[in-house]
Amino acid sequence: MAEKKVFEKGKMVPVPSVSIIPERDLGKTPILECSHLGIDFGGLTAVNEFNITVGRTEIAGLIGPNGAGKTTVFNLLTKVYQPTRGTILLDGMDTHGKTPAQINRMGIARTFQNIRLFSSLSVEDNVKIGLHNQEKYSMVSGILRLPKYWRQEKAAHERALELLSIFDMEHMANYQAGSLPYGAQRRLEIVRALATNPSLLLLDEPAAGMNPSETAELMENIVKIRDTFQIAIMLIEHDMNLVMGICEGICVLNFGQIIAKGTAEEIQSNPTVIEAYLGKQQEGGAG
Amino acid sequence: MRKLTQKIRGLKKTTKVDFATYLGVILAFIAVTLLGRFGLLNRSLTGMLVPICAYIVMAVSLNLTVGILGELSLGHAGFMSVGAFSGVIAAQSLQGAIPSAPVRLAVAILVGAVFAAAAGFIVGVPVLRLRGDYLAIVTLAFGEIIKELINCLLVGYDSRGLHMAFNVSGSLTINDLGLEPDGMAIIKGAQGATGTTTIATFTAGFILIMITLVIVLNLVRSRAGRAIMALRDNRIAAESVGINVTKYKLMAFVTSASLAGAAGALYGLNYSNLAASKFSFDTSILVLVYVVLGGLGNMWGSIIAAAVLYILPEALREFADYRMLVYAVVLILVMLATNNDQLKALAGRILPKRKGAADNG
Amino acid sequence: MEFLSYLISGISLGSVYAIIALGYTMVYGIAKMLNFAHGDVIMVGGYVSFCAMSYLGLPGWLSVVLAMAACTVLGVVIEGLAYKPLRQATSLAVLITAIGVSYFLQNAAQLIWGASPKGYTPLIPTTNAQGEPNALRLFDGQLSISYISLFTMGACIVIMALLTFFTGRTKLGKAMRACSEDKGAAQLMGINVNATISLTFAIGSALAAVAGGLLCSFTTSLMPTTGSMPGIKAFTAAVFGGIGSIPGAFLGGVLLGIIESLAKAYISTQLANAILFAVLIIVLLVKPSGLLGKYVPEKV
Repeated sequence: MAEKKVFEKGKMVPVPSVSIIPERDLGKTPILECSHLGIDFGGLTAVNEFNITVGRTEIAGLIGPNGAGKTTVFNLLTKVYQPTRGTILLDGMDTHGKTPAQINRMGIARTFQNIRLFSSLSVEDNVKIGLHNQEKYSMVSGILRLPKYWRQEKAAHERALELLSIFDMEHMANYQAGSLPYGAQRRLEIVRALATNPSLLLLDEPAAGMNPSETAELMENIVKIRDTFQIAIMLIEHDMNLVMGICEGICVLNFGQIIAKGTAEEIQSNPTVIEAYLGKQQEGGAG
Repeated sequence: MRKLTQKIRGLKKTTKVDFATYLGVILAFIAVTLLGRFGLLNRSLTGMLVPICAYIVMAVSLNLTVGILGELSLGHAGFMSVGAFSGVIAAQSLQGAIPSAPVRLAVAILVGAVFAAAAGFIVGVPVLRLRGDYLAIVTLAFGEIIKELINCLLVGYDSRGLHMAFNVSGSLTINDLGLEPDGMAIIKGAQGATGTTTIATFTAGFILIMITLVIVLNLVRSRAGRAIMALRDNRIAAESVGINVTKYKLMAFVTSASLAGAAGALYGLNYSNLAASKFSFDTSILVLVYVVLGGLGNMWGSIIAAAVLYILPEALREFADYRMLVYAVVLILVMLATNNDQLKALAGRILPKRKGAADNG
Repeated sequence: MEFLSYLISGISLGSVYAIIALGYTMVYGIAKMLNFAHGDVIMVGGYVSFCAMSYLGLPGWLSVVLAMAACTVLGVVIEGLAYKPLRQATSLAVLITAIGVSYFLQNAAQLIWGASPKGYTPLIPTTNAQGEPNALRLFDGQLSISYISLFTMGACIVIMALLTFFTGRTKLGKAMRACSEDKGAAQLMGINVNATISLTFAIGSALAAVAGGLLCSFTTSLMPTTGSMPGIKAFTAAVFGGIGSIPGAFLGGVLLGIIESLAKAYISTQLANAILFAVLIIVLLVKPSGLLGKYVPEKV
């Protein structure tokens, strides 16, 4: 159990032995560091002692049985819930007391398990809303339609189409978001999140409801997004092919506690994980 | 010509609807003005022109809160009231300083808008933290509070300037202001504004409608408007993409309130006597009915609904005592019909299907 | 002593609000709609008992029973004709329909009974045959509480107790709570949702009739718009106490009555309603779900 070293707030500190940061990100400030993170609802401890470090261009997986607290972790990271204890450092900066909107501006974007699109608006408008904080014209320029408005709206239109092209969705730009098929809605949520120019992208069950070929395509696209935008991606997923296929570091959660951290191989051979999560049936597990 | 039609066809659907709305209002204005010139409008209809304009502005502005922001407000008449009385005070006391009536009217409308915006801000900051029906009941409460406060207001003007008193005990009268003999009483408590010089005109109403439309429609099609609609469709998702909830809710609410204030000033300067009780909860409800029947988020719908429903009780005059009863029944039947699934399915079969279709923009 | 007498008149007025609010809160709990016509059902109840007393010469209690029967029917008919077809519609559509129903009732009442106010004989006369006030005298007559006030407070407590028992212990009451929680799930459990909603409207409207008789006994006058303001205030009371909660509606109603009575006595008659609404706003800002309501955060 050799101790690796990473930077935290500019100084070298030892991290727990099973650090899951890939080699190429070592020596840079990790994008996300959670220490002793936890939340209680009433008397119930939903998440406790959640410690994790995510590298700048890492694809990390968060897995665990239903009700393990995975989505709660995302809600803590994005401050939908304020943590009861612990700290979250984003790119070395403490996110204590920030609102969800401020968190997004600091660099975390997310998708939702139960899709949350702006369903009465067009696909293009959904992406443009993601671009909201990159457009910089005021309400008055908007109402008076000053040159600034036309310039920035044109730029936003082009950027939106460019982002939609990641998933070959440009031709759907004028469709109403709520009328899209399920898979396209999930992809649109990812595009919208990417539009906010994040440094960490949280995907909550991106492959839910997709068939194997769609999932395979999604896997390629997630890796492509990471490579193109050079960002970190953390995902919750039940599809083990996807998780084991693309995640460099995996964190297993059960009853709100981390029970294992490591690479895909390490997780697959970890007896605690097999018992708690994969169960006794070997074939239901990793592929 | 061909080029022009092609260009029009190339526009986005929303842009086309916006242009059609402006065009419709302009054509209606020209038509009504011409009819008036040729003496084809009866007296009661002529008298209704300015209030119709005011109510159209009210409906469009409330549609910004209810249709675009998606929050139910039951106190819109309160902002109209603030605009009406601040506008009347401004117009009356500036009679000497600004002799030109149209300029004075413009200034009064601006004053009304500013004061209503301030009221909207004061109301909005606490209220917009609440959700759904709670927000509705609190806006209703604010509307009633504004009405009662204005009911206690005594305002007069003389050579020394404006005089104001707040009649909490109910025992003060306008005489307690100590006005000079040539001074003028502007607002007399529960009696409201009396002896106002009526300077509101139909042309001014038309211009106000056009300005309102430019503000609301351009706001909706801009970055801020998208943020507001995002809050309506899904607040949590909107926050997750970095939209400041309070800022954009307030922006929509205050804009809506200030336009209601402008409408109020126009309305107030159309009557020589006007009491605060005119802007009760019933008025808020009336405007809400225009908005819902015209279609949420649909500005031209609000315009048509406001105009038609304002005239309807007059048109039902032949039913005499039964007219409000008929109005109520019509209202209920329209709601039942527009929400009937079978009728909707029928309409869907007759009208070409648009849903999800890409427009050629 | 003066304070005590204002307080008591506040409590008895508040008891009327509480009775209306109890009906309102039940209807809101199950139908999730702002039923603006509820206040007008109070007015109809008032007119029916007025007619029964003045034209038929019936005693007060019987008139109120008659009014309850009439309003129960009215409530069920309104629900069936105007609200039931809109079960799947948006809440705004239902709200506008309720406003339509409210206009309808007010204008129908105006056609039948005229716009001018009618004098309403209190259910328990204020003076007895000897011309002495019909009141309980305390502290050597310094404090007098009229029997109608005592009766109102008693009625309110009894109604609240009955409703608490009904919703908590009986099968129908449990069905009602199930429907207000989740209509779809209730239906799957074999509960007749439509019948349950009709029943709720029936109870709410019967309570409105009782409130109508009591309210008019205090104001001693009756006109087609009599119900509007008390209706709004009762809804405010229900929100104040936490909408959907029966003890909340009771507490909210009584507190509202006390605030109104004391504000009129000590601050300003003209601003009494403004003060009342201001208190509501402050309470909602501190406790967004009312005094006794439970806050349900949105699930992400």
